[in-house]
Amino acid sequence: SLSAGDTSVLAGLYGPAEAKLSKELPDRAALEVLLRPKVGLPGVLERSREQQLRQTCEAVVLGVLHPRTAVTLVLQVLSDAGSISFGREGLLSCCLNAACMGLLDAGLPLSSLFCGITCALGPDGTIVLDPTARQEQEARAVLTFAIDRSERKVLMATTKGSCSVEEMQQCLVSAQHAADTIFQFYRDSLRRRCSK
Amino acid sequence: MAAERGRAAEACVGQVVLPGDLLLLPAQYDEDAEGERLRLNAGAAPVGRLLCGPGLRRSGAGLLVTKCGLLRHRPTGPGAYWVDSQQKRYVPVKGDHVIGIVTAKAGDVFKLDVGGSEPASLSYLAFEGATKRNRPNVQVGDLIYGQFLVANKDMEPEMVCIDSSGKSSGMGIIGQDGFLFKVSLGLIRKLLAPKCEIIQELSQLYPFELVLGMNGRIWVKAKTVQQTLIIVNILEACEYMTAEQRRQALAKLSGN
Repeated sequence: SLSAGDTSVLAGLYGPAEAKLSKELPDRAALEVLLRPKVGLPGVLERSREQQLRQTCEAVVLGVLHPRTAVTLVLQVLSDAGSISFGREGLLSCCLNAACMGLLDAGLPLSSLFCGITCALGPDGTIVLDPTARQEQEARAVLTFAIDRSERKVLMATTKGSCSVEEMQQCLVSAQHAADTIFQFYRDSLRRRCSK
Repeated sequence: MAAERGRAAEACVGQVVLPGDLLLLPAQYDEDAEGERLRLNAGAAPVGRLLCGPGLRRSGAGLLVTKCGLLRHRPTGPGAYWVDSQQKRYVPVKGDHVIGIVTAKAGDVFKLDVGGSEPASLSYLAFEGATKRNRPNVQVGDLIYGQFLVANKDMEPEMVCIDSSGKSSGMGIIGQDGFLFKVSLGLIRKLLAPKCEIIQELSQLYPFELVLGMNGRIWVKAKTVQQTLIIVNILEACEYMTAEQRRQALAKLSGN
């Protein structure tokens, strides 16, 4: 379970397990992501988030080592700072971080790690990393990036609102710097766990 | 140039490594440090055999870490590097001794559940002294202790209960009674280490029979049901207890 401020997500990873014949791929593992909101049934927004998470995870998981198996990642939103619907982008980056830690914990072979960072572009052009719900509503654009650890490359980028290309580049640079903090957090929590 | 440059493998032994870390092997590390020497075969692989164990993959310049855990090294013989990771899910490996549960009999072959992604198959002739007339008495739901003959990512795993010379050497159907439970793979490796303290301390408590499967399954049988359950609880708790806490718990039990 990963908490970032008021937002917390529980991630459960199952696999590599037996896959249904209709879903199995002959050369790699079939990755499936299920995202469950805090209240209500999963809707279209959850489905699109699931696909984004799935494509990000597929980029790092070495699926060729486990052909014809299924890896299932279940994410349950435990608390989401204030907002009822799944409109908050900050939840997506929390889900990305929880997914990465779940993959690490389960011992699946990964080629690299990733983390999710949200940044909001205020009306006056200021960049705020990890915005609160209030800051997100007032922002002109909210961008979420999934940054890879080995070369700080972008695995996934999602934008809500409008911004210019230069502003997006600036947000990306600040997100890449902030990614270091999150990767250090991964390393510290794993060190604590492995030393027990 | 990659932002995360490779580190010397030797420097990381005993430390936590994360997937995506690149480890440089000794021969190449020396070449990088001494830039003055000109070598004709500058990009050649390091001299000597090196085994790349679980959690590592060869990738051009060195070893790429794929699982998180502690890096270990064995310098003797063919040197080996591997990552000690904590996992609960088992992936079949050739030569591993595991406990399987019979789920189906399909003609001349038994299907066993070993905790992996596919059921393993076991031929009825793969027991000591089994012939077409003298079949082993195996029912659905029985426990079998055997080793993998074939186990790779592309094929269905196959198990046998005899070793290469035809002797069973402890493998076969596990008897009646007893208790089967599952623990993490790291605990099994700890218990299988030579001169394991946990097993020695437990054997002083009660006499018991123990079968450890590399797939995380343990089968225990002691004289009474109560003793069996006590041993099961201690083995399950061993994962999280330190040596001190374990000794205290055992002292309390033997005092009773």
